Amino acid sequence: MTQLALVIDLNVCVGCSGCVTSCKEWNTSGEAGPMPDQNPYRAEPTGTFFNRVQTYEIGTFPNTETLHFPKSCMHCAEPPCVPVCPTGASYKREEDGIVLVDYDKCIGCKYCSWACPYGAREFDEQSKVMKKCTLCVDRIYDMSLPESERQPACVISCPTSARLFGDVEDPDSEVSVKIREEGGYPLMAEWGAQPSNHYLPRRKVHIRVRADELVRADNPLKKENFSKLSKDEQSLDDVMSW
Amino acid sequence: MNENRSRTETKNTTCYMCACRCGIRVTLQDGEVRFIQGNPDHPLNKGVICAKGASGIMKQYSPARLTKPLLRKEGSERGAGEFEPVSWEKAFEMMAQRLGKIRSTDPKKFALFTGRDQMQALTGLFAKQYGTPNYAAHGGFCSVNMAAGMIYTIGGSFWEFGGPDLERSKLFIMIGTAEDHHSNPMKMALSKFKRDGGRFISINPVRSGYSAIADEWVPIKPGTDGALLLALTNEIINRGLFDRDYLIDYTNAPELVNQDEESNEFGLFIRDRSNEVEEGCFDPQNKFWWDSKSEQIVANRTEGADPYLLGTYTLEDGTAVKTAFQLLVDRLKEYTPEWAEKITGIPAETIKRLAHEMGVTARDQKIELPIAWTDVWGKEHETVTGNPVSFHAMRGLAAHSNGFHAIRALSILMTLLGTIDRPGGFRHKAPFPRPVPPCAKTPKGPEGVQPDTPLNGMALGWPADPEDLFVDEDNEPVRLDKGFSWEHPLSVHGLMHNAITNAWRGDPYKIDTLLIFMANMAWNSSMNTAEVRKMLNDKEENGEYKIPFLIVCDAFQSEMTAFADLVLPDTTYLERHDVMSMLDRPISEFDGPVDSVRIPVLPPTGECKPFQEVLIELGSRLGLPAFVNEQGERKYRDYPDFVVNYETEPGSGIGFLSGWRGKGGEKFMQGDPNPNQWEMYAQNNCVYHHELPKSYQYMRNWNQGYLEWSRHHRLTRYVEPINIHIYSEVLQKFRLAAQGKRPGKQPPQRLRKRVEEYFDPLPFYHEPLEAARTDRHKYPLSAITQRPMAMYHSWDSQNAWLRQIHAHNHLYLHPSVGVTNGFEDGDWIWVESMHGKVRCMCRFSEAVEPGTVWTWNAIGKASGSWNLDPNANESKKGFLLNHLIAEELPVKAGETPLSNSDPVTGQAGWYDVRVRVYKAEDQEPGITSPQFDAVKPAPGMVKRAGKWLAFRGGSGLFKKLLPEGDHS
Repeated sequence: MTQLALVIDLNVCVGCSGCVTSCKEWNTSGEAGPMPDQNPYRAEPTGTFFNRVQTYEIGTFPNTETLHFPKSCMHCAEPPCVPVCPTGASYKREEDGIVLVDYDKCIGCKYCSWACPYGAREFDEQSKVMKKCTLCVDRIYDMSLPESERQPACVISCPTSARLFGDVEDPDSEVSVKIREEGGYPLMAEWGAQPSNHYLPRRKVHIRVRADELVRADNPLKKENFSKLSKDEQSLDDVMSW
Repeated sequence: MNENRSRTETKNTTCYMCACRCGIRVTLQDGEVRFIQGNPDHPLNKGVICAKGASGIMKQYSPARLTKPLLRKEGSERGAGEFEPVSWEKAFEMMAQRLGKIRSTDPKKFALFTGRDQMQALTGLFAKQYGTPNYAAHGGFCSVNMAAGMIYTIGGSFWEFGGPDLERSKLFIMIGTAEDHHSNPMKMALSKFKRDGGRFISINPVRSGYSAIADEWVPIKPGTDGALLLALTNEIINRGLFDRDYLIDYTNAPELVNQDEESNEFGLFIRDRSNEVEEGCFDPQNKFWWDSKSEQIVANRTEGADPYLLGTYTLEDGTAVKTAFQLLVDRLKEYTPEWAEKITGIPAETIKRLAHEMGVTARDQKIELPIAWTDVWGKEHETVTGNPVSFHAMRGLAAHSNGFHAIRALSILMTLLGTIDRPGGFRHKAPFPRPVPPCAKTPKGPEGVQPDTPLNGMALGWPADPEDLFVDEDNEPVRLDKGFSWEHPLSVHGLMHNAITNAWRGDPYKIDTLLIFMANMAWNSSMNTAEVRKMLNDKEENGEYKIPFLIVCDAFQSEMTAFADLVLPDTTYLERHDVMSMLDRPISEFDGPVDSVRIPVLPPTGECKPFQEVLIELGSRLGLPAFVNEQGERKYRDYPDFVVNYETEPGSGIGFLSGWRGKGGEKFMQGDPNPNQWEMYAQNNCVYHHELPKSYQYMRNWNQGYLEWSRHHRLTRYVEPINIHIYSEVLQKFRLAAQGKRPGKQPPQRLRKRVEEYFDPLPFYHEPLEAARTDRHKYPLSAITQRPMAMYHSWDSQNAWLRQIHAHNHLYLHPSVGVTNGFEDGDWIWVESMHGKVRCMCRFSEAVEPGTVWTWNAIGKASGSWNLDPNANESKKGFLLNHLIAEELPVKAGETPLSNSDPVTGQAGWYDVRVRVYKAEDQEPGITSPQFDAVKPAPGMVKRAGKWLAFRGGSGLFKKLLPEGDHS
């Protein structure tokens, strides 16, 4: 069994939104497009984005963490959006586990977006069709692209390489190793959807300086002769004559 | 599918959605942009791209595009944005006639200021050839303190000039940087650094951007970084955690300084006058040590000697001397961590711990690379040593009137840790390191400016002593912005932020024509925005504008273009040739010089013309020597032709591009023009990267091989050591002049005390100038801005995708500020400085130091500008903090106006402003204040999509939005 998914490393994501617009520019002109923008140059602009970065503050000053949290379809093993779909438009592919929407079958009832625990579905208000992340299904199997680019647009663009793509069911894949070794976790596992995307947590590095490391025999200050007397200062040597 | 493929093509060029200059690969479908990705084969970004870069499509097809030259309608006011299209020929005729007349009479009455600073090789050349001293790019109001503070200390600086070697660093401290400078390369390096187990500390009043992923966030009060850095340095010295050998071998720390207060050479190095030394822009080595073995004075670098770093000594002639390092230690005595705690808000224990982490990591985690190199004194080294502690800093330090000394302090701290141009520390990028200071100089007086003659010197330079200042016989400025005068002697990037105010006031003189390229001086690029807008529109009694003629070149309609008399429509970055030149600010890597180009992937839209072509056309029409042949005829067909064939001097072999020079492209850096140079760049990802041998990649201030290589390829003039100026004799010379202890140029009486105080040869902490003139009880808070990662200044509000990420801004503040002032999260509030007030929405945040309020820079826009709907969020909910910030200091009785800038460098003190906040009245309207009359769309602008934009590359949507007759 294959389950393609994203692993997102929160330890290095700086929240630049490169994934957000790379996704948009690829997909609006791709098989999942268009991704319309409403009021593009007017008040309250809004539009269809398959991937968004949310930013949270955790804790209180001065112990505040700022967390950038990219979120898109989790491509769940048990996707709650699929069984609620009255027309079968929402489906999960057997071959790679990608959850997709067949636009021709979608009637825009939005049941799936109500069912999704992650708010990952994006309704196209212009064509009244539900849209969502496809893991760039029109890139990852495109043999005309070099192999290194057969990845979702958000992955190839990410400046901190915080986004990894692969088969989470293959224990030897890079994503599985990362999940295993770096404490990768799914978002809100308690909802039972078995999301395939995983997040890697923050990891802190500390330096401990021991007191004795501040006092060393080779301290360069020892090269400076602090006890040296200037010519006009006296010592017992100068005044004792017996 | 196959049919689609056949209409698809891919071209490489260089991004310009910010100033980072990543390589991009653009996929076109039916001639329309379909996808912009990072170029995987580009050394800068290696395939990645950020939010801005990936939104380039929406910039290309923005409704704010200007497509025709425009002339302000007769009788209409500047700022109203009422224009008529005009032909390019008419526009050139007007400009050539006007500028020709000015050039023949008084060339300084033409001023050229550019926001963009990556075309300076050409814009600077044009200004010099024209003969005006009044030229600068935006550095004066950006980060000149960072450039000057570091270059006057270590001979290099951050961003294009050098940076942290995160590949090998173990501890990285970032100060005053939210994002950008560098953008993608910094993100890539940070992520790798963290994954390799490095420790990342961020010192910033706000935890956003890069700081979010720091292992430790150290909140600091704005403008107090200097205090922190001095206290850290103090603790490092007191604990003996400095790199003694490095200080002795590579800095002026052990050298003896005259301490005879009666002497005119007080504060200068004791020098050996027995031998003539060659005069040049390098630091002669004829100085002395006090040897600990022989207990006497010896020439520096005497074989077998081991100098004291500390001590007070007396020379045979009775002259008291101290080592430079002793002077530093004396200076630092008062700067204890406990002292700094009160100023910075950082606990003394934290300051000590940070100092210990830096010092112990540098000392105990040394790197030895098996790279042999020879120093400039002939000593061979088998290895290159590194102390893996690195730093990065940018505008948070720079944009304060005390920033120069804070950055000097940072440079000295980096040096004490032994990290300059070493693995894991700070590393230079070609053409740096350069001498302290570099060689280029401005003219030294008004005689350098003559009618119909190129400027006798550079418009911008690096003063090494008071004689290098650009002042008249009364020691008053020659430049409009008062750069290189006693007001801001080391204003190495000029003071663009004062150009309009000075021209309006006629101080130091009035000008005729101001040409602004790609700078929004009627909005976010000006301090005191509302007043500057009035100045741009202000008239003399005779009805003529105080700034008689205003030309603006930009690709987009903006707040600024609305004020122009003549608007020149520029191309976008996807429609032009460009060079990231070694003569300007190239994209070099640590391992060697890199320059790059843009090659058009699309034809120009409408009548758009690249600004470079405008300058070459104008230069040819005006007969500027560099642009015409001996018969006075046009020399270059166009900009690409100019780039290939222009040489700095006939036969010099140095041109705008360093790669594939020589007739067949067999040379680099220097060589004959190569007619196929553009093609060779095109075949090589638009980039030329010369990787230096490993032995030339480190210790370049003192690396014989590198310095010879650098001279051989004409990067530098001298093969002389570039020792680090712990103690700045350059600054002391200006102080001596202010004290009347030097012959030659001296400050005017009103500035003597100021120069004496701020030209301290050692860094010191002083309160920012404006804050010192502000009632702190009335205005208890600091107000600062940051640039969001998804928006570059005002460049992208017209971008349909990016504006969905930042359509309007809030004022972020700590909840306690709301409690104290009686308002809640989300309320409309007033934020007020002594200069003005702004109504905006607030947002509570735990990620901000409680004495600071902040917002995103330049998200707020004037109504109707950038062809946004007049009711767009940017103008009704967005706001600009600039209305609270003055370009000049509050004047005390009897004072003449002074720029609100660093007194050493003229760096704009953006972040010095102090404010108070209070709740807006319930009956006040829920829109930001101030509001300005809506700007109208200009003729020939691209139509604005209405309720929906459903972009599909290749669908031809953009062509449908072009104005009638422009379906080119």
